[in-house]
Amino acid sequence: MEQEIKGLDVTPVDKDKIKKIWKVTAILFLATVVEFIIAFTVGAGALKTTVFILLTIFKAFYIIGEFMHLSHEKKGLVWMIVAPTVFLMWLIAAFWIQGEAIFQAIFGS
Amino acid sequence: MAGTAVVVDSNENLWNGGTEPLKASYGKLMMWFFLLSDAFTFTSLLATYGFIRFAHPAFEGEIENFVFSQEYWPIPEMVFNAVPFLHGIHLPLVFVGIMTFILILSSVTMVLAVDAGHRNDKVAVEKWMLWTILGGLTFLGCQAWEWMHFIHGTEAGGQLLDGSFFHGANLSLNQYGPPNFAALFFFITGFHGFHVFSGVVINFIIFYQATTGVLERRGTYEMVEKVGLYWHFVDLVWVFVFTFFYLV
Repeated sequence: MEQEIKGLDVTPVDKDKIKKIWKVTAILFLATVVEFIIAFTVGAGALKTTVFILLTIFKAFYIIGEFMHLSHEKKGLVWMIVAPTVFLMWLIAAFWIQGEAIFQAIFGS
Repeated sequence: MAGTAVVVDSNENLWNGGTEPLKASYGKLMMWFFLLSDAFTFTSLLATYGFIRFAHPAFEGEIENFVFSQEYWPIPEMVFNAVPFLHGIHLPLVFVGIMTFILILSSVTMVLAVDAGHRNDKVAVEKWMLWTILGGLTFLGCQAWEWMHFIHGTEAGGQLLDGSFFHGANLSLNQYGPPNFAALFFFITGFHGFHVFSGVVINFIIFYQATTGVLERRGTYEMVEKVGLYWHFVDLVWVFVFTFFYLV
């Protein structure tokens, strides 16, 4: 029996899926624009930093969840990836607090 | 015992092998775990940035009066304010903003390539992979310009203790502020840039395999999805670098 090498069957484009991708793009775009506006209108301080961090996490949520498709994976896989980031957040917080303490030790009165 | 019915408890047998309990292939899982470990590396770099940044005094006073000094940490928007072909015009963060949009857009074309891969649409995979590669190369070009400008410095330059002037920054001298600021700039954006570079190379290999029909003969375009994960991660890291290095 002769086997013919056939190409794979092409599924047609799912319009809704493509629409969703561009919607996420618009959200990421707008979040970055908002960051820009804040960068030049709000004075430096805890509020500005907090808003920036929240917007960054907001963007990360869409990139990881939709672009990397993690929101639609099994719960076990989602937690395997998301849970260890708790350590990352603590690492950043600990180092920043420590940096502040060193600043106080050198320059604090 | 012939005739004994075997009850298959799907939950109990889920982890005994032969199935994919997480509904993701081995390669995809390993890519996720690699990305998680890579996230730890990038986090340590950003943690170090915060540690050194907060151990330095910040600039006190109005932003209009800001001048470069070794005494305090520079304000990023005063350092990164140049755009190619617009020499001498103060355009804070405009160029780095353009770079951000280029990388986000190349991430979008990657999603479209992955979607095309799911549909086994060879032509669409080729098209979107090529756009993604172009986006990556454009970003790298922009970063090369950004580095060049940072290294060459401004016309005013900085002054050494013996009164002589120098321009720009390297790992030991920095006209913009404390030397560590330049060191962290080179390390963090350099490490990210190297990821972009390797991402472009990997994307090109998959583009080549798609074009020559290797993936078609394999019967699945899942490799596009795996390199897509890596490419999105590179974009994700840039989102964090953009916030913590340029905005905060």
